[in-house]
Amino acid sequence: MNLIISTISQGFIWAIMAIGLFITFRILDFPDMTVEGSFPLGAVTAVMLIQHGYSAEIALLIAFIFGNLAGFATAFMYTKLHIPSLLAGILTMTALYSVNLRILGKANMSLTKPNNIFNQYGLNKLPVNFNGIILGIIIIAIITFLLIIFLNTEKGQAVIATGDNEIMAASLGINTTVMKFIGIMVSNGIVALTGGLIAQQNGFADVNMGIGSIVIGLSAIIIGEVLYPDVPLSIRIITIVIGSIVYRLILMIVLQLGFNTNDLKLISAIILALCLALPTIREQFFRAFRNGVKSK
Amino acid sequence: MKPLLEIDDAVKTIYNDNQNLNILDGINLKIYPKDFIVVLGTNGAGKSTLLDAITGANKLSSGDIKLNDDDITQKNLAKRSRYISRVYQDPKLGTSPRMTVAENLLLAQRRGLPRRLRLRKLNENIEKFKELTKDLPTLDNRLNTFTEKLSGGQRQTLSFLMAIIQKPELLLLDEHTAALDPQTSQELMELTSKVILEKGLTCLMVTHNLTEAIKYGNRLIVLKKGKIILDLDKDQKAALKEQDLLEYF
Repeated sequence: MNLIISTISQGFIWAIMAIGLFITFRILDFPDMTVEGSFPLGAVTAVMLIQHGYSAEIALLIAFIFGNLAGFATAFMYTKLHIPSLLAGILTMTALYSVNLRILGKANMSLTKPNNIFNQYGLNKLPVNFNGIILGIIIIAIITFLLIIFLNTEKGQAVIATGDNEIMAASLGINTTVMKFIGIMVSNGIVALTGGLIAQQNGFADVNMGIGSIVIGLSAIIIGEVLYPDVPLSIRIITIVIGSIVYRLILMIVLQLGFNTNDLKLISAIILALCLALPTIREQFFRAFRNGVKSK
Repeated sequence: MKPLLEIDDAVKTIYNDNQNLNILDGINLKIYPKDFIVVLGTNGAGKSTLLDAITGANKLSSGDIKLNDDDITQKNLAKRSRYISRVYQDPKLGTSPRMTVAENLLLAQRRGLPRRLRLRKLNENIEKFKELTKDLPTLDNRLNTFTEKLSGGQRQTLSFLMAIIQKPELLLLDEHTAALDPQTSQELMELTSKVILEKGLTCLMVTHNLTEAIKYGNRLIVLKKGKIILDLDKDQKAALKEQDLLEYF
């Protein structure tokens, strides 16, 4: 039971990251590799600040701002220097590896100070792993609320339109460059914030902890879409949370079946590939089924 | 009468096959208020480049463009969009597929205006949008339908409504009926003509369709290799037959 609760707790925290990724991946239609760098950037920033005596809240705020800056770098390369989207993200991600090492001063660092956000606001009095669930729900609720409000503003609609049809958006006078900056910066801010949270939950930061994070985020988004297709935007954000929990439960089951933990990234990639292929497989299955019925 | 739009010696040069090629080669054009100009020309004649130059999507190599005596040559697409709207040939280019019909109309209603950090006013505008679409069988009662679910004809009708919902000083139609079936194409063309006349719009319409070119508009321009080779007024146009135009193709 503890394992399941721990898995659900992780699902909630990682869902925050997936919501951030959703902004670039689905709303802006921008494949952003920056997240593999901005995620550990948030983690190392938060751990360093907490170790230097700053509060967990300040550490998370600074992590968010640093994530914004990482997004700014990618958006600048993409929109102003006309570097292809994928390459711009990879360049920032690569550069952030050195930046993260500079911030941390070494490859990893444990969090030894007690002012961890998971120990505050009475969260430490909850049963084991429930603090992650409660904190995750609160942060998801806040981010979802703010995101839905923003997307229903004129500026938010302009961001959606930019991702949906840039030619149309530009011809309606929308400054698509600014909208891309907003989307990519906010997305990476949320991803870095999640990095800061995960570091506090795990009790350490590692410069390599971003490897595969994009797969985890995408899996949550895709599983949510496969389970709940054709839902309005606000509901889609909730489906990401469900997708994140389902993904973590699938991973837990796979590991319980005795697979080697070294194969975790391989398993993660296979799960994502299967989820992405599911609509095609489902369509082919039903086509074959219909053809079978007709031939009878 | 003062021209609404004045294009003076417009040249657009591109580098192609190791040589400079003038896509627009010294275009001089005056468009007066309430003009409905039909532009004809073969592929590569420079029709779409001319529209790009007017909207600011593609800047001129040399020459000037004035709108109401204001030099807009260096103004970008976003700034010009306040006054100029365009309907593209491809129905997919004019709308946002993951937004509903009403959301698209609301987006277009603020064409060229700043997008602020304030809640959009969808509900307040629904009645206006109902009124706008009530006589259109293709879009009536579809305000809450996602645009990606609409047919090409429905999307193009929506694109047209988006272009005129906030009255533009100049409406550009870039072969906007070319991708539709004959029936839908005719219906949209009738709607276009009706709206232009009712609202007193100034319009530049690019077409390949000779019948449309003769039937609609009060001026006809033929472009060839980046130059205007024919500019007919209403009376000259009225005397024209389709065969007369064939020699220019």
